[in-house]
Amino acid sequence: MFLRLLFRTGLLPRSVLHLKRSPKPSRTPRAPSEPAVSHMATIDTTQPLTQAEHSEAQSRAQVLRSMKRGDIVFENLSKFAAISVLFLLGGIIISLFIGAWPAIKTYGFDFLTTQRWAPSLKPQPILGALGPIYGTLVSSLLAMVIAVPVGLGISIFLTELCPHVLRRPISIAIELLAGIPSIIYGMWGFFVLGPFLAESFQPAVINFFADVPVLNVIFAGPASNLSLFNASLILAIMVLPFITAISRDVFATVPTVLKEAAYGAGCTTWEVVWNVVIPYTRVGVIGGVMLALGRALGETMAVAFVIGNAFKIQASIFAPATTISAAIASEFAESDGLHQSSLILLGLLLFVLTFCVLAIARMMLMRLERNQGK
Amino acid sequence: MKLSSILAAVGLVMGLAAPVANAADISGAGATFPFPIYAKWADAYKKETGNGLNYQSIGSGAGIKQIVAKTVTFGATDAPMTAEELKKAGLVQWPMVMGGIVPVLNVEGIKPGELVLDGPTLANIFLGTVKTWDDAAIKKLNPKLALPSTSITVVRRSDGSGTTFNFTDYLSKISADWKSKIGAAASVEWPVGVGAKGNDGVAGNVGQTKNSIGYVEYAYAKQNKLTYANMINKAGKVVGPTIEAFQAAAANADWANSPGYYQILTEQPGDASWPITAATFILMHAEPQDKAASGEALKFFAWAFKNSKMAEELDYIPMPTAVVGLIEKTWANDIKVK
Repeated sequence: MFLRLLFRTGLLPRSVLHLKRSPKPSRTPRAPSEPAVSHMATIDTTQPLTQAEHSEAQSRAQVLRSMKRGDIVFENLSKFAAISVLFLLGGIIISLFIGAWPAIKTYGFDFLTTQRWAPSLKPQPILGALGPIYGTLVSSLLAMVIAVPVGLGISIFLTELCPHVLRRPISIAIELLAGIPSIIYGMWGFFVLGPFLAESFQPAVINFFADVPVLNVIFAGPASNLSLFNASLILAIMVLPFITAISRDVFATVPTVLKEAAYGAGCTTWEVVWNVVIPYTRVGVIGGVMLALGRALGETMAVAFVIGNAFKIQASIFAPATTISAAIASEFAESDGLHQSSLILLGLLLFVLTFCVLAIARMMLMRLERNQGK
Repeated sequence: MKLSSILAAVGLVMGLAAPVANAADISGAGATFPFPIYAKWADAYKKETGNGLNYQSIGSGAGIKQIVAKTVTFGATDAPMTAEELKKAGLVQWPMVMGGIVPVLNVEGIKPGELVLDGPTLANIFLGTVKTWDDAAIKKLNPKLALPSTSITVVRRSDGSGTTFNFTDYLSKISADWKSKIGAAASVEWPVGVGAKGNDGVAGNVGQTKNSIGYVEYAYAKQNKLTYANMINKAGKVVGPTIEAFQAAAANADWANSPGYYQILTEQPGDASWPITAATFILMHAEPQDKAASGEALKFFAWAFKNSKMAEELDYIPMPTAVVGLIEKTWANDIKVK
């Protein structure tokens, strides 16, 4: 059944079922190069070989054997590298499982539904992952909501509207954003962005939505330097380069003939982008978005600085929260026993979450490709 | 570049790095509470004797874990271990310095020492029942102070902390509500507030966040120029976090009759006592694996006890001479470094 899941998500192509063991390299040497062929062609093989012909054939066979040896070594080395990656992945999953087993045994499914995080409770700590899971999902989702339109907008600008002279500087600037270490983002978020948001942006939004029935709970005060919203904004800035770079590259692959046909029929730039460019590059754009989402889910240090480390779930996005990676980073150094096992279980949950997100992305892509008739 | 030249360069760098990595240092890890004074002592000790001290300020909880795992020569904690816990882990514990934990705040217009708080109000702030700075409870204690109507942002610890242990112990003593809901531990379920790592994290957060309140060891408040609040102690008097106030509280400790030197100094009697005073402890193995390193560490601590003037400069209280004598006897009897 697991195999079927792997097939359906497209992570394993069905063709693996048809793989047979590749045939062993044949003992006979491959066809020799041109002169030898012509020479061999003149040998009369109905008679036994003369001494000279025999020794020449032997030396040629020796050379070919040594070349084959090099080939075999290379083949085995690359096979070993590929298999060791699988072993490494398997080893990590197994060690996560072993570390998390005490917590799984003690808490079972309640771990996923409990919000309380009390590691020092006697006789047994009460720990639950609902707070970190909520924080991880909401911060990543919010980061995507902010970053995807902006990233796509930047790539559309770069491919359609930007004067050529500005194209390279802007592209380089975006790619430099990707090179900034995440802890610098954390520091900048803590010292610059947090206070700015707490003093200007958050109070304005809180006042704006103060009378709207549902939104005034989501955008409720008090304004905080460290909040879920701040972390989402930092994550959005961090994943922007991924979306922009990949989208820009796939947008450039749209055949000019298609775009010009649309322009010629009287479409505006927006209509060309929405109806020609984006449908053509759907698969690549979604791939870029999924890559960015993968990064946002796992980001640790930048989030740990600005999210506030509060395990309770609160309705307002301007309240402090925590994510799985920030929780592990904060508490792992001093944890032991059941507390440590729960943190490892959190890590395992993040692993599963990321895997699920990637699998869903793959399924979506496969469905799109099927609809396109591929 | 050719592969051989790359490999040669890597080998050269590694060869140069190796002797530097071998320079022996006394290694310790634990509480952020005494980090300023340990850093000062380490600096002076290195200048005097050439031996360095490598202290990782990672929090009491992590410090206990590291010494139990024998990855460091000594651990430091403000949350003392009981005699049974010490026996089980095979550790020896003694107090090194004492200091005070002060509430620090960041409210425009309030200067250090102007705000007065009492235990129950502080507990209610950290419980989340007192939500704004102009709440009636705070106003009652500060009739003449202009308090804004902004919300209080509570800053507390996100890691396992001896400072938290002493602070929550104090709150448990003066607030039955706190004791039943939260209790005293190194790591508690905080009902409100943002979490920061270490005393330095809380100090940084309070400094950055307007209308916030937190609790830090006094040296951090002094070094970061934070606004601290005065407290009302057990005798009902308003005291500020001065070294005399800490000493008055510390004078009540009965070190001679405490197994493992286990003493909690919060809410001590006395007109001049600071209510949230704490001692910070060192943990070492009774039978250490690396006897030479432990011997060096004990030499450092003996030197530190002689140079207690440096502690006073940072507003820590050194251990009384009589207690130092007791501690050195404990070393001779319990720690096997020969």
